[in-house]
Amino acid sequence: MNGLENVRIALRGISANKLRSALTVLGILIGVGAVIILVAVGKGSSTSVQNRIKSLGTNTITVLNRGRFGAGTARTGTQSRRIQLTMADVNALQDKTQAPDVLTVSPVTQSSVTATYNGATYSVQVTGTTPSYLDATDYHVQAGRSLTEDDVTNRSRVAVIGQDAVSNLFPGGVNPIGQRVRFGNATFQVIGVLAKKGSNGFQNQDAVAIAPYTAVQDQLTGGTTFNQLVVQGKSSGSLTAAQAEITNILASRNDTTAANLPFLILNQGSLLQTSNSTNETFTVLLGAVAAISLLVGGIGVMNIMLVTVTERTREIGIRKAIGAPKSVILVQFLVESVLLSLIGGIAGVAVGLIGSQFRIVGVQPVIVPYSIALAFGVALAVGVFFGFYPANRAASLRPIDALRYE
Amino acid sequence: MRRPAIGRRSKPAPQPEPSAQPEPAARRAQVRQLPPVIELRNVVKTYQMGSVEVPALRGISLTVERGDFVAIMGASGSGKSTMMNIIGCLDVPTRGRYRLDGVDVRRLDERSLARIRNRKIGFVFQSFNLIPRTSALANVELPLAYAGIPPRDRRVLAMSALERVGLGDRMDHMPNEMSGGQQQRCAVARALATNPALILADEPTGNLDTASSAEVLQVFSALNAEGRTVVLITHEDEIAAYSKRLVHLRDGHIVADDRRCPISAPPPRPPRPVEAVS
Repeated sequence: MNGLENVRIALRGISANKLRSALTVLGILIGVGAVIILVAVGKGSSTSVQNRIKSLGTNTITVLNRGRFGAGTARTGTQSRRIQLTMADVNALQDKTQAPDVLTVSPVTQSSVTATYNGATYSVQVTGTTPSYLDATDYHVQAGRSLTEDDVTNRSRVAVIGQDAVSNLFPGGVNPIGQRVRFGNATFQVIGVLAKKGSNGFQNQDAVAIAPYTAVQDQLTGGTTFNQLVVQGKSSGSLTAAQAEITNILASRNDTTAANLPFLILNQGSLLQTSNSTNETFTVLLGAVAAISLLVGGIGVMNIMLVTVTERTREIGIRKAIGAPKSVILVQFLVESVLLSLIGGIAGVAVGLIGSQFRIVGVQPVIVPYSIALAFGVALAVGVFFGFYPANRAASLRPIDALRYE
Repeated sequence: MRRPAIGRRSKPAPQPEPSAQPEPAARRAQVRQLPPVIELRNVVKTYQMGSVEVPALRGISLTVERGDFVAIMGASGSGKSTMMNIIGCLDVPTRGRYRLDGVDVRRLDERSLARIRNRKIGFVFQSFNLIPRTSALANVELPLAYAGIPPRDRRVLAMSALERVGLGDRMDHMPNEMSGGQQQRCAVARALATNPALILADEPTGNLDTASSAEVLQVFSALNAEGRTVVLITHEDEIAAYSKRLVHLRDGHIVADDRRCPISAPPPRPPRPVEAVS
């Protein structure tokens, strides 16, 4: 009795009752398929959240003023003062001795305006900043040129604009570079077009215009303060140190403590970490639900194998009477149950791979290789585990009892 | 403390080389020296039916020598089948001793019993007991597969066994495509595939018509004529007439044991050549 023959006998047993075998296989198939698809959905949603966070910039820390209109209140004892982000803060944060982990600091002043060109209008977010902002927030200039330090010092009314602004303001395929666009009441010249970036989950990053902060302050926002600062760290590993340096500098400059500082200092690294651990929990939860269905499929295999053994008790008796040793009967039924779960496992992997190609509840699933190996392995283990009891029961029958069974 | 296992010590002496073709008288002398094939001593078998103990065998002693053809008769419930199952190592006695080829089967484990059923005994059942949805050839190959014979040899042996019982043209037929007589001859082919010295048949003709019964019994006579021991159970005197020795059972006792012709003589109804059934 070699292995191939065992497989042949098992296949004959499986094909003897096709509908029943198919339903058993279906149980395993659904379990394996569900594990693969649900883990892929979990991974897919976590990937999309991570991409959104990464699109905020690379290695960045954002300093936001908690107060309205870019002004917050700091308390020192019983006294309170209004605190704002100014160019002096920007220069202080760029001090290499006090803030060695900071690479660049870009001030940001923002205004939502209606842009007009040749009768076409579109609502854009105008960001007044310095050239380092584009690098820190991962914007790339696709055509034309970028902002320069000279644009900032000269208070030039120039802007680079996003893809959605281009398509809405220049519908006829007009080359936007060199054109004059009205932002609210001010006129800016388009000097460059940004590459497409998509949404970060909060706002459309392609409906933007980026201009020198000096010009934006002059023409749109007024004043000399900023809504936020975008700080780029030297590396992803030094973000925590950079965050501490920023907090200390801002606290000492405003004569207050870190706890009383009215700024929200968002570290992108810790944001990523938090979302990662949340998503991991989510994925594990989805996987666990799917694993339960795989377990139920396994119980289905055991159920069917028990029925098969009962049904074929007489056959087992005949086999024993003509000299089949216990081990051969055990292997025969074990191979049958493993084969059932193997077929279910292969079909389940196929279903999982195909199912993961479609968007599920708005998430594009990302297949995780380990989930395939895991689901398939568990399906096989289920076949062995749940097949063993029925097979052992068949093999332990006394020949005379098995032969007399009607 | 080391000592040889008792079962091993009581193993029979090596058998003489069969190709030596000794004189009939010399062969008879050698046969006498060997232990009997079957040796039952005060065998008792009781079945537990709920709280009631039902005795099936109440102390059977029977010795069957090599080359004998024994018919066991008795009314239903007399214990014939129980005795046959014990002889065939399918069941174990409650009390008493059963030696097969001189070996006490109570000392053997599950694995050795399976080997004995496979190599030493060919069992033929009243209800044929072929494996359904499996061709005649595959059914006959099965005991050879359990004996560990490689597939190619297995096929040759199974084909020759089927040809011996006149089923050379029915090898690929499923059990449900064969007549009762053909199914039983297929079962006989399966029983003799591993070349066992002992053929046991439990009412082999019980489900067959007269013509099919004659065909099957011809096969048994032929097997006995070549020196195999045959023990069969039957209800009918007509079938018992094929045997050399007649044992009657009643209520779990042997009530009569008649030798009809000597062991060394040819079977009373010598086999005619088996014609292939069209």
